[in-house]
Amino acid sequence: MKLIFERSVPGRKTEYIPLPDVPCPEPEFERRGTKLRLPELSEVQVDRHYTELAGETRGVNGGFYPLGSCTMKYNPPMAEVCAALPGFADVHPLQTDESIQGCLEVMDMTERILAEITGMDAMTLQPAAGAHGEFTGLLLIKAFHRSRGDTLRRKILVPDSAHGTNPASAAMAGFEVVNIPSDSRGYVDLEELKKRLGPDTAGLMLTNPNTVGLFDPQISEITRAVHEAGGLNYYDGANLNAIMGIVRPGDMGFDVVHVNLHKTFATPHGGGGPGSGPVGCKAFLSDFLPGFRVRGEKELKRENAASRIGDVRSFGGNFTVVVKALAYLLSIGREGVPRTASNAVLNANYLMHRLRDVYPMAFDQTCMHEFVITLEKLREETGVSAMDIAKTLIDYGMHPPTMYCPLIVHEALMVEPTETESRETLDAAADAFRDALEQARLHPEEGHLRPLTTRIRRPDEVRAARKPVIRYDFGD
Amino acid sequence: MSIYVPNTDREQQEMLEACGFQSFDDLYALIPEELKRKEALDIPEGKPEMEVRQLLQEMAGKNRVYASVFRGAGAYRHFIPAIVGSVTGKEEFRTAYTPYQAEISQGLLQSIFEYQTDICELTGLAASNAGVYDGATAAAEACEMCRDRKRSKALVSASVDPKILSVVRTYAFGRDAEVVLIPERDGVTDLDALQGMLDDATACVLIQQPNYYGCEENAARTAEIAHSAGAKLIMSCNPIALAVMKTPGECGADIAVGEGQPLGMPLQFGGPYLGFMAADEKMTRRLPGRIVGETTDMNGERCYVLTMQAREQHIRREKAGSNICSNEALCALTAAVYLAAMGPEGLRSVALSCHANAHYLRNALSQAGLRPLHDRPFFHEFVTQADRAELVPEILQALDREGILGGLDLGEGRMLWCATEMNRRASMDKAAQIVKEVLCR
Repeated sequence: MKLIFERSVPGRKTEYIPLPDVPCPEPEFERRGTKLRLPELSEVQVDRHYTELAGETRGVNGGFYPLGSCTMKYNPPMAEVCAALPGFADVHPLQTDESIQGCLEVMDMTERILAEITGMDAMTLQPAAGAHGEFTGLLLIKAFHRSRGDTLRRKILVPDSAHGTNPASAAMAGFEVVNIPSDSRGYVDLEELKKRLGPDTAGLMLTNPNTVGLFDPQISEITRAVHEAGGLNYYDGANLNAIMGIVRPGDMGFDVVHVNLHKTFATPHGGGGPGSGPVGCKAFLSDFLPGFRVRGEKELKRENAASRIGDVRSFGGNFTVVVKALAYLLSIGREGVPRTASNAVLNANYLMHRLRDVYPMAFDQTCMHEFVITLEKLREETGVSAMDIAKTLIDYGMHPPTMYCPLIVHEALMVEPTETESRETLDAAADAFRDALEQARLHPEEGHLRPLTTRIRRPDEVRAARKPVIRYDFGD
Repeated sequence: MSIYVPNTDREQQEMLEACGFQSFDDLYALIPEELKRKEALDIPEGKPEMEVRQLLQEMAGKNRVYASVFRGAGAYRHFIPAIVGSVTGKEEFRTAYTPYQAEISQGLLQSIFEYQTDICELTGLAASNAGVYDGATAAAEACEMCRDRKRSKALVSASVDPKILSVVRTYAFGRDAEVVLIPERDGVTDLDALQGMLDDATACVLIQQPNYYGCEENAARTAEIAHSAGAKLIMSCNPIALAVMKTPGECGADIAVGEGQPLGMPLQFGGPYLGFMAADEKMTRRLPGRIVGETTDMNGERCYVLTMQAREQHIRREKAGSNICSNEALCALTAAVYLAAMGPEGLRSVALSCHANAHYLRNALSQAGLRPLHDRPFFHEFVTQADRAELVPEILQALDREGILGGLDLGEGRMLWCATEMNRRASMDKAAQIVKEVLCR
């Protein structure tokens, strides 16, 4: 495919704005001396270029996308229509409270619903993504300990199965990361956890269900142990889709949570963002929440708490993502929240059930919203890796599952079908998985060459990283 | 209720039984009974699409949309060609995940590579990432890029947007790093004061161009001063202004960041927006977040992949420079489509139109009795001074009644105004007339 710069023809343009109807003084500021080499195109070319690029991009609304831990569920277009309403799209963030009552109502209502689902007392919608929420939540924990003059609590405990953002967020919040091993069942090793707790413990970060797709039944004991040591419990809401409406983080002993509106609440991932990572907390932490709080009954207004940690981004957050999540929440509602969760769990178990006789499961038991396959043995026997199987699935028209995650499972494929897939889609996926395995055993050498059906096959990543070319070379 | 679960109750029961379960309860057998929620959640009941849309429409109707906007201060109303929304609304771009599977993501990857090139062109710097959450977090991440064991202090000009300063401070609270304010003099960074503040612990100097008050900073001189003390210069820039103003690269900045919202994103009450980041070649590997690189595939075809991932959280965990994972990819695509539609000539026209309108508005307001506070070159924002602080709310209310959003009240009778290509002479004359009437009362 041609790059947009390679389609450029000097002089081509479309006029979008009129000439000013006021005098045009010569700018007094220092002018740029370098030529600005943006592409010069007619609008038709722009349209066709991006249509071609879209043709080599895969979205969840176009097909099955079982990326483990990413919750790639269907994104209802109805939410887009709501977010694009001029009353939301054309509102300046620095207007008066009185002129943005509708925005504040959206935020207030969303905060209340999310607080109820997570069992928290207060929320902020300011964080722009899940990792941003983690950072925010950890700063609340830091601010809490600081406010009590407790400066020794510098350690955050993180299970070894955790997503990479957990330790990275802890480091950004100034904490030392202590890894907690998992036991042979995939749960937190409780004895090892207790050994690491002490007067230096600031808190624990946990997902439950965890990254191998299991609900840790020791959860109350875990959170109690952390509280007894003087630490706080942080709930990473990455896997909330499995349990919403069934059990609440707040009832499991968590003090702070973040949720991902772009996973659990069906807002689109946009090729990597924008997301939104609201953070909820128990009442004793609420004055530390960043950004403004929505207050008032009839007349809503924005207020900054005196002891807030500041702002984690400008303005109130990814507002129109919040609008989309609210539209989704109002659609599925009270009955739909637990039904969504239980169908996500059912679909995962159904697909796992259709695969478990041929694919070895890392933990062969009832799973939550996702399950993890381990292909260590296949690799030993045939040389075909988890990546080879993932790439083979592309030839069956599927987006592959998440590869090599979590790191504690060797040759891992993590599969999360979500509740929005029909039985026939799951059946077809199961057939594809089984056939891919059979092909791997019959023609192992072909496995390394997969996918066979795409224009681009197996890019050289080492070369890309060693000699980075990260912008177009205009050749002058 | 629309629940987006395709399988009927009967199918669900059959699927449960196929797996050897009796009911949904069996799926949650591992969750201790005492933790399970007994009663339904206290949230609204589910509604069909028609009702949901009516409800949201009602809420949107409670917001005021102004016919004329003369307020910027970090969020700008510009014209957005229809092609922008048409491209970014495509299902493939909108509902894709991060392009980790390169074979089926070449379109998205290439669009990011093109975006990175655009940002390098605008800033005059060598390397760009795929973007971060917004302009303020971009500035905060840039400060992180400059910090090391010996140097951790960030000097931030008082003429930087206070929202950026607030976020820089929050990130610094995380890293236990110091942030010190460089005083402002006559609307710009006080460079004499800066000289006395630099020391061996200073990692970077952060200024904004044009700054919060709209004024042009002497960025090239700031770069010299920062560099002479071994510190880096970070410039937070307006991307439309970059079409016509001396670039960060030409000024000698090490890192350029900024709020990408003016490049095709609506105001939407503050987000989603886009933080763009570009750096000098030497700092490429310190850039946070995703970066797309060119390479070849097994058949020698040119293609694109996410690259230099050894910097990132999913590989480096607690040693990563940043925790960023999800970014604002669709907003980066928005910016790229906007720039492709506008082209170099179009973007320059937008910039010069903003400049012309802002100068006209400042004159008109000045003649109406609101005098300009600073006498410096400016782009599309400026500050006025009213004789008495009480006049400001009166002016704003009078404008409001006519569907005009006036400048931002900065306190002490000062107002921060903005004009873009969206403002026409008639609306500016009208605003000035209203101001005049208030002042003559």
